[in-house]
Amino acid sequence: MKSLAITIESVHKAYGSYVALDDVSLDIQAGEFLTLLGPSGSGKTTLLMALAGFVRPDSGKLFLGDRDITRLPPDKRDIGIVFQNYALFPHMNVLANVAYPLVLRKVPRAEARQRALDTLARVKLDGLAERNIAALSGGQRQRVALARAIVFEPRVMLMDEPLSALDKNLRETMQYEIRRLHDHLRITTIYVTHDQREALIMSDRIAVMNSGRIQQIDTPQRIYDRPSTRFVAEFMGEANIVAPGSARRIDGAEASRETLMIRAESFHLDAKLVGGDGVALEGILRAKAFRGENWLLTLALDGGQEVLVCIPAALAGGCAELAAGQRMTAYAPAAKVHAIPGAMA
Amino acid sequence: MIVVRDPALAADARRERRFFLSLSLPALFIVGLAAILPILWIIRQSFLTTGGEYTVGNYQKVLSSGLTWSALVTTLELSLGTLAGCIVLGTPLALALASVRPRLANVLMAFVMLPLWTSILVRTYGWLVLLRRDGLINAALTGSGLTAEPLPLVYNFTGTLIGMVHYMLPLFLLPVYAAMRDIDPNLIRAAASMGATLRQVIRTVIMPLSAGGVFSGSIIVLIYAIGFFITPAVLGGGKVNPLSTRIERTLSTFQDWGSASVLGILLLVLMALIGVMLLAARRLVAQNTVEASHA
Repeated sequence: MKSLAITIESVHKAYGSYVALDDVSLDIQAGEFLTLLGPSGSGKTTLLMALAGFVRPDSGKLFLGDRDITRLPPDKRDIGIVFQNYALFPHMNVLANVAYPLVLRKVPRAEARQRALDTLARVKLDGLAERNIAALSGGQRQRVALARAIVFEPRVMLMDEPLSALDKNLRETMQYEIRRLHDHLRITTIYVTHDQREALIMSDRIAVMNSGRIQQIDTPQRIYDRPSTRFVAEFMGEANIVAPGSARRIDGAEASRETLMIRAESFHLDAKLVGGDGVALEGILRAKAFRGENWLLTLALDGGQEVLVCIPAALAGGCAELAAGQRMTAYAPAAKVHAIPGAMA
Repeated sequence: MIVVRDPALAADARRERRFFLSLSLPALFIVGLAAILPILWIIRQSFLTTGGEYTVGNYQKVLSSGLTWSALVTTLELSLGTLAGCIVLGTPLALALASVRPRLANVLMAFVMLPLWTSILVRTYGWLVLLRRDGLINAALTGSGLTAEPLPLVYNFTGTLIGMVHYMLPLFLLPVYAAMRDIDPNLIRAAASMGATLRQVIRTVIMPLSAGGVFSGSIIVLIYAIGFFITPAVLGGGKVNPLSTRIERTLSTFQDWGSASVLGILLLVLMALIGVMLLAARRLVAQNTVEASHA
């Protein structure tokens, strides 16, 4: 059993005048874990449903490996899917749910039972095989859905915001477990989420989507540190988009003529921590907030623009004494200052 | 832990409970007046002679009569035939309604409901116009040469069944449609993604999950069908005589309130038996679906 590459070739989908997918092309390697990240309405779920066969594109082609699946009905695609609300069959118990795809494939009863039990053990649900779906917690349902999607050894797996209904702690546990399962099985996976942290933690690569288009596709680090558009920069975390001329260099050289992206957590209040190469932003402290692991300062630059500065609590000895209205300077090292190509502030 | 109860708050809670219970009183009163009292009256009546003395003679007379048993068989045939017709015609229709776009479904639903707004007499005589020897259907059949002779479509069991299925279909359809519409579309997608063909989806997901609606619909159909009077009386042409028409004849021809009451009680018992059987069947099916889907 080998997992397959996925190729999406200029897929278009419109609902009336609303364009859900606007000329989307994407290559996903065999065994890769790729996340489609974007706000709601960005087209990520539509793209996933097109791959699953539930949304018919207006034009474009979809391939699994070398095989054109654009016109293949969903039940012939051999794709494992985990749905947002799990979509477990309420009239079957856990075992019957997980064995369902095997029964459809005419796997002998005893073998199907054994494979279902093995898969349940893999997702840590041993002993719950005879349970009714209604008697399961949210996290357990999530695992049943996962087991059911992998039990028939699909060559591709699609996950549509599978963790969005879980509370924060459980969500983080499941993020690691899904990723570990993927590292073990190496099934090509497309994962949809609107949670940028989840995308960063889990993915080999992230495709950021907005209004039906892929904005940027890259590794989590590059997406975070080197966003190619302002949208990506702001969607991925607390980003400051600094207009040309607002920042000066620490060494006194001429101010940057480009639009800069500086993450809030890249700043220091002490120039010595930055070294000679970097930028300085000067302004008036507007507000400060203690957030547990860090302090968030709002700095109003002389041009009027506001900048968020995030200082780790461990390095923020003086933050408690800072008073609103006082003049101060924040420094960011050159390595953390990213010029957004062609962006207007 | 010591729980301190404030008597004033407890009294408030009691008052609230009593108020909400009191809301059901008018309904309870009407049910008592319109259903329970008449039934008790009929039971008493069934043990009285025309002179007003206590007797079991009514039961002996009715239960030893061949007419009673043939009426019972006709009642069962008509009820089960109507139910079969509703299931065969209604279930696919409900599935179709549940899978089209909501707006189209509403329009189609209006067509299904339209007959419910017309009087049953009008509908029944309407069928008479369509089904009789020189009616529209036979005229079309003989006129086009499909049949040499007009088909006997009315004044018999067939005609009665057609009229009854037509009347019951919307009543059956509503709960089935509601059950099917409530099925999460993602369940169907999930089944398809795991390799289920449309047939398999219908058999393993849609049918088990709408079984509750089919049972509700079946109970409604049977309850109506067992006591159905007008359609057999008009479209049966005197040849189709279920218990309901026997009751009417016993009263109008013989003024025999005692025997009519016994027949009425027979209907009640039949209804109760069918109810129990349906509930048992439902439990059995529910168990089987879990086991059958068990690998």
